[in-house]
Order: sequence, then C-alpha cells, then structure tokens
Amino acid sequence: MSDLAVPRVLRRTHGLWIAQGAAILLLAVLAGVVIGETPLPLSTVAAVFANRVWDAGLIVDPIDVGIIWSYRLPRTLLAAACGAGLALSGVVLQALVRNALADPYLLGVSAGAGAGAVAVTILGVGGGLLGISGGAFVGATLAFGVVAALARAAGGGSAQLVLAGIAGSQLFNALTSFLIAKSANAEQARGIMFWLLGNLSGVRWPDVVLAAPVTPVGFLICLWFARAMDAFSFGVSSAASLGIAVRRVQIMLIGAVTLMTATMVSLVGSIGFVGLVIPHAMRFVVGPRHARLVPASALAGAVFLIVADIASRMLIPGQVVPIGVVTALVGAPGFALILVRNRRRP
Amino acid sequence: MRLEAKSLGWAAGSRRIVEDVSLEVAPGETLGLIGPNGSGKSTLLRLLAGLLTRRTGTVLLEGAPLTTLSRRDIAQKIAVVEQIAETSEALLVRDVVELGRTPWLSALAPFGAQDRAIVAQALEAVGMAQMAGHSWATLSGGERQRVQIARALAQRPRILILDEPTNHLDIHHQLSLLRLVANLPVTVVMALHDLNQAMGCDRLAVMDGGRMVACGPPDEVLSTARLASIFRVQATRLRDPADNATVFRFLCHEV
Repeated sequence: MSDLAVPRVLRRTHGLWIAQGAAILLLAVLAGVVIGETPLPLSTVAAVFANRVWDAGLIVDPIDVGIIWSYRLPRTLLAAACGAGLALSGVVLQALVRNALADPYLLGVSAGAGAGAVAVTILGVGGGLLGISGGAFVGATLAFGVVAALARAAGGGSAQLVLAGIAGSQLFNALTSFLIAKSANAEQARGIMFWLLGNLSGVRWPDVVLAAPVTPVGFLICLWFARAMDAFSFGVSSAASLGIAVRRVQIMLIGAVTLMTATMVSLVGSIGFVGLVIPHAMRFVVGPRHARLVPASALAGAVFLIVADIASRMLIPGQVVPIGVVTALVGAPGFALILVRNRRRP
Repeated sequence: MRLEAKSLGWAAGSRRIVEDVSLEVAPGETLGLIGPNGSGKSTLLRLLAGLLTRRTGTVLLEGAPLTTLSRRDIAQKIAVVEQIAETSEALLVRDVVELGRTPWLSALAPFGAQDRAIVAQALEAVGMAQMAGHSWATLSGGERQRVQIARALAQRPRILILDEPTNHLDIHHQLSLLRLVANLPVTVVMALHDLNQAMGCDRLAVMDGGRMVACGPPDEVLSTARLASIFRVQATRLRDPADNATVFRFLCHEV
C-alpha cells in the first residue's frame, strides 16, 4: 500500500497497537466461545466457523453448532460490545464531569432504562410495539433528558450534573420499585429483578445486530474528541480558552454516551462498575491522555465483560449468575482501591 | 494584534462585576490591569478572552467581533493564564504544556515534530525544561504557574492574557517572567498586584468597583492622589540612584 493511502494518524506505531488490540480481543472472543459448561474443543469451533463462513460442509454435531453459533458467540460478541461501550461511557463522563466517581449510571440512564422496561412488561405501555429493549431505550433517553434539564436549571456545572444524576436515578429507581410492588406478580418480579441485575442469557443474533454498530460509532466519536477531552483536564473554562467548542463537544460526547448506555442497558440490563473501574484501571496502565485511554478502555472493557460472562456461566454449575453480580464482585474492591489511591496527599 | 473592548459589562445575578469598560490595546503593547481586590480585573480579563457568556458590549479582535470567530480561531490568537489551574488527572508537566498545542491540532493533524519543538522551547523559556517528566501534582504553586505560562506560550498566541502571573513566584522568577513577557513580540494584557512591577508596563488601566477609572502611561496613572483614593495607601515616590527609576514606598492610611 502506498504511503498516501494510509492516513497520517495510522502510521508509525499505531498499526502495531491496533494489531495487538485486535489479537487480544479475538482471543477473548475465542475463549468466550470455547469455555463453558460443555467444554468444546477448538477443532469443533473451527469447524463450525468454517461451515458458517465458507460453507465448508464439515460434519459437526448439531447441538455443538447450536451452542457455539446460536448461544455462545452472540452473547460473547454482545458482552464485548457492551463492555467497550460502558467503559467508553465512563471515560467520557469522567473527563467531562471532572469527577473520578462518574460513570454511565451517574446520569440516571440505567435507572430510566429499568423503569422503561418495567413499564413495558407490567403495564403494557406501547401496546406491544415496544419490546422490553425498546421500552428501556425510551426510558433511558427520557431519564437523561430529565437529568440534563435539572442540571441546566441548577446552573449547569459538573457538580450540578452529578447531583441531578443522583436525584434522577433515585426517582426512576423508585418508579421501578413502585411499578413492581403495585402490579407485578411474583414471577414477573423475579424476571425483572434478574434482568435489572444484568443478564446475557437471552442474547440472540438480532440483539447483536442491534448493538454491533453502536459501540464502534461511539468509539470513533470518543477517539475523534480525544484531544478535546484532554483539554477538559483543567476545567471547562480552560478547555474553551484552548479552542474547544465546549457546548458542541459536550453534546456530541454525552449524546454518544447516552446512545451506548441506553442500548446496552436495554439489551442486557444494568451492569455496574465496568464504566467506573475500567477507565481508572487503564489510567494506571496507559496514563491520562485520551488518545491512549480511549482505545485501551474500550479494549479492556470488552475483554473484562467477556471474562465476567464466562465467570457468570461457570461460577455455579447448572445456573447462571447475573453478570452484574460478577462485575460488582470484582468492581467493588476495584472501586475501593481507586478511593484509596485517589486520597488526597497530606 | 489589536484588541478592543466596547462598553463591556458583566453581572453575576444582580451584582454588576464589570460595567461599561472600553479600552483599546495596540499591537505589541503591554497593558497592565491594576485595582483593589474585587474591582473586576479577573472578570474583565475573561471577558476580553471571550470566556464569559451573557456579557454586554463587544470585544473586537483585529476589528472582528469575538462572537463571529470560532473558539479555535480565538485560541490560535489569544492565550489565557488564569489564577487557578487545578486538575485531578495524573498529568506530567510535558502533558500540560502540550495542551497548549490543542488549537493547532485536529484528529487528522496530530501532534508532530514541530509541536514537540514548540513545547520544548516553551518549557525552556520558563526554566522548566528539566522538569518536563515530573508529575504536575508534585509541583509547587510557583512551578505550576510557570508551567501554565509555558502552556500559554506553546499556544503561540498573538495576544497573551495573564491574571496575576507573578503570584506564587519567588522574586527571581517574578522578574524573569516579567522580562520574558516584555520581550515577547506579542500583545500582553495582565492583571498585576505589585504596583512597582506595574510601572514596567507600557500603559496601565485602573479598575475600581467594576469600572475603569483611569488608563494611560504608568507615571500619569499612578499619582499619589489616585493611590490614596483607590488603593487607600499613602505613597512616596523615590528615585533609585542606580538607574534613576521611580520606586514607590507605601504606608497604610488607617494606621
């Protein structure tokens, strides 16, 4: 390929990093497909892929095909998209809100998604037009709208956004509990609680098709604004004096975050701690500059959630632990570590 | 580059912080902004840099209203060093100075060798080159101030707006900074508290209660009568026999 065909941004060491990242991601996906209650040899996996992609016509047990192609692969891919999306959302919010504790759930997006999903399932809002995912998406967007309007009315600072997010989350969580208490039967309540804790069990290809474009688009938006996020290090005013069109950047980035979080929460429920812990962990590894932090967090988020999903399937034999429980079990100690490491120097 | 303000005003709620300030800064000039605490100096500087919304009046950059320019255009021409710069990110000194290149870069025009050279030069200019690899969090107040000034220099601005740049600096670095600024081929507007240092500016503008009450050469502006009425000090003009320069000695009125 001639030099002209390669954009300047991709030259030098970038190619190596991209190759390494892709290799790690591929390995993680492979692990997600191979590891499970029914251990499947790599040769079977390879045969299934060969049949599906090249129509190779190899003979494979149809049950193995089902497990690999219809069950493990879609949920692993969705776990990757979801982990990357949530981690990116955390990176963006921590940069814009300038608060180490910011994460996608801060803006009330997850609470809104939960309320939306419950409204659809129990009350039949939308008359069957909205599925549980559609309801969650509408709820998430609505909740973010409420939080943003409240923050704006309170003066529009980052502290106001945090406080408005807390108020919004509480409101929508209360709404969810109220709807469950008022209308749900025991079975519905159990199903919803399971969904709220995060769950990749029901994932099928249509879900992957829905989620697949969202994360890469969000990733490119974050990468495009990496330098702008750096400029927010010393606050909004400093960013403006460095030539950042603050309002436009905020709208683009927060729009990307809402889209990613709402999509992910609507598909798999609320999976906590990924958006909070992964960006912080990556700061220790690659430093605070967003040109590295954005791709590193996306990759780490994807790999982390794939591994968490494997753990959620393997932890209790014959039973799936909600993935949100797994991420919280790992994430809460990680969060504690951040708190300790971030303590003010004497 | 010429900077003009026409009846600038800004209010925080019902409280008017800056009111009806008009001034013109000539290309290459160093304009000092002086005045007691709370007289509106910092706000005026932020207004001149276009960093405050809901203002009244206009700021013209080379004849063009700031509102018609993009933030990027403005940042390529005006660099600002505010009094307070804090971050919770674990940035290195070099990272902070590199931020100054932001208005010149884009996703398709990444940081290159020329930018690296400009950053190194800016660090050199404030005497922080050997600290480039240090963490921002470990710096003293004066070192942070110098790094922020290096960041502003790395912006390669035509106009430099500085809010009390000598704050936190020891006497050596105060004087070397003022000399550095005086030797730059750029227009400078800076707020200063030390009136003896203000004497080194081409012109001084005096703020009091949000209004500009005087503007002119330092010798005219810093009359003993004005120092008494606005700064509430009794001033004595002395001559330094070494170079015949005017030096002030101040006594507090109430005592």
